[in-house]
Amino acid sequence: MNKFMTFTINNKVVRANKNTSRRLLDFLREDLNITGPKEGCGEGECGACAVIIDKKLVNSCLITLGSVEGKSITTIEGLIGTKQYEVLEKCFAEAGAVQCGFCTPGMIMAGHALLSYIPHPTEQNIREGISGNLCRCTGYNMIINAILMASKRGDGLW
Amino acid sequence: MVESIEGYLPKTINAALQILNSEDVVVYAGGTDLMVRYKNDANLLPKFDKNILYIGQIKELQTVKQNENELIIGAGCTFTSLLKEKHVPDILKETIIGIASPAIRNIGTIGGNICNASPAGDTLPVLYGLNSKCRIISEGSERIVKIKDFIYEPRRTILYKNEILESIIIPNEYFNKIYYKKVGARKASAISKLSFIGLCSVKDNNIEDLRLAFGAVGATVIRVHEAEQLLIGKNLDGLKKYIDEAVKIYENKINPIDDQRSTAKYRKKVVMNLIKYFFNIEIRK
Repeated sequence: MNKFMTFTINNKVVRANKNTSRRLLDFLREDLNITGPKEGCGEGECGACAVIIDKKLVNSCLITLGSVEGKSITTIEGLIGTKQYEVLEKCFAEAGAVQCGFCTPGMIMAGHALLSYIPHPTEQNIREGISGNLCRCTGYNMIINAILMASKRGDGLW
Repeated sequence: MVESIEGYLPKTINAALQILNSEDVVVYAGGTDLMVRYKNDANLLPKFDKNILYIGQIKELQTVKQNENELIIGAGCTFTSLLKEKHVPDILKETIIGIASPAIRNIGTIGGNICNASPAGDTLPVLYGLNSKCRIISEGSERIVKIKDFIYEPRRTILYKNEILESIIIPNEYFNKIYYKKVGARKASAISKLSFIGLCSVKDNNIEDLRLAFGAVGATVIRVHEAEQLLIGKNLDGLKKYIDEAVKIYENKINPIDDQRSTAKYRKKVVMNLIKYFFNIEIRK
């Protein structure tokens, strides 16, 4: 067995010790200082830890490093700098979709993942797309509006 | 701290079966149930006590094949992939979309849902209702078992340590009255308080086939053949007395418990309401 594993995280190749059962979330936050994904529940119910692997939204608190050896992982930090993020950020701000901000990285990842598959979602699509993300502050409406706004303003980006 | 847990990432089923035959391991497909079960505090290793055999990357477990008589679904298919498969019956898709959330469905597998054998496992009532079978393989052998015999109590299946669930076989059958209801605290990320599946085939006003299955109201999924047989072959006109008898049988056979999610009283009341609703309204639509 190899002594190391490699992954691509936010377009950078990263090596990890053969510590295969460690949670991806912990590896990101503690070893790489990538603190966008957050631990809200540790059980895959709140979505604060959401990242994207192979275009799919996943909860990093439920994933061991060993299970994603060789894969390409994107966190909110990897999204920042793209045109899509620029639109999402602006719309989240304008729509009042951020209060305490704790759910926000997960919500933006969920929004981005949704738009990657459905560039022009209905409100129902958006509600389903963020159904795995909890927010205690906004009541969700503003977040839904933000994603709807982003799909219109960002026409052609997704 | 030196970690003593190893992870195996075999590329083929055969490689996985070889490992299973030589070592006592935890089989990890999507991991969405396991990682909750083995959860530890933040930044600590999950509490796995055996080495991990990852099977989520094995493509041979992710195929879907429609044959003349049956549909064969690889146990490693994620919920999301099944939602996109054209041959998967609509009723199974309806069940799947009620499970958890997109992020969970993207990595959780149908095989995992079955092998976890929770009384509240959401794919189970519809699989029981469709008389599904499980194909179990080990190095050098295979067997096919009805799903009702695959799970024998909460969290326990009949798998031996060197066996793996390879696929689920669903006979091609036709129903024209189908009703599914999941009762839970929320629209998403909710473990069922109870669930109901009714499958009926009505032709020329006659009930040709009828299956009812209930989730989360017993240790395993409940189907009562006695009650179904009472109504099969009967005409919709004059059905009332048979419905009343069937309802009495269900009243007797369904005995849910109180637990953290719901009460016996609520579960019983709602499941009986759903049964009556299905018989009196849904099959006549």
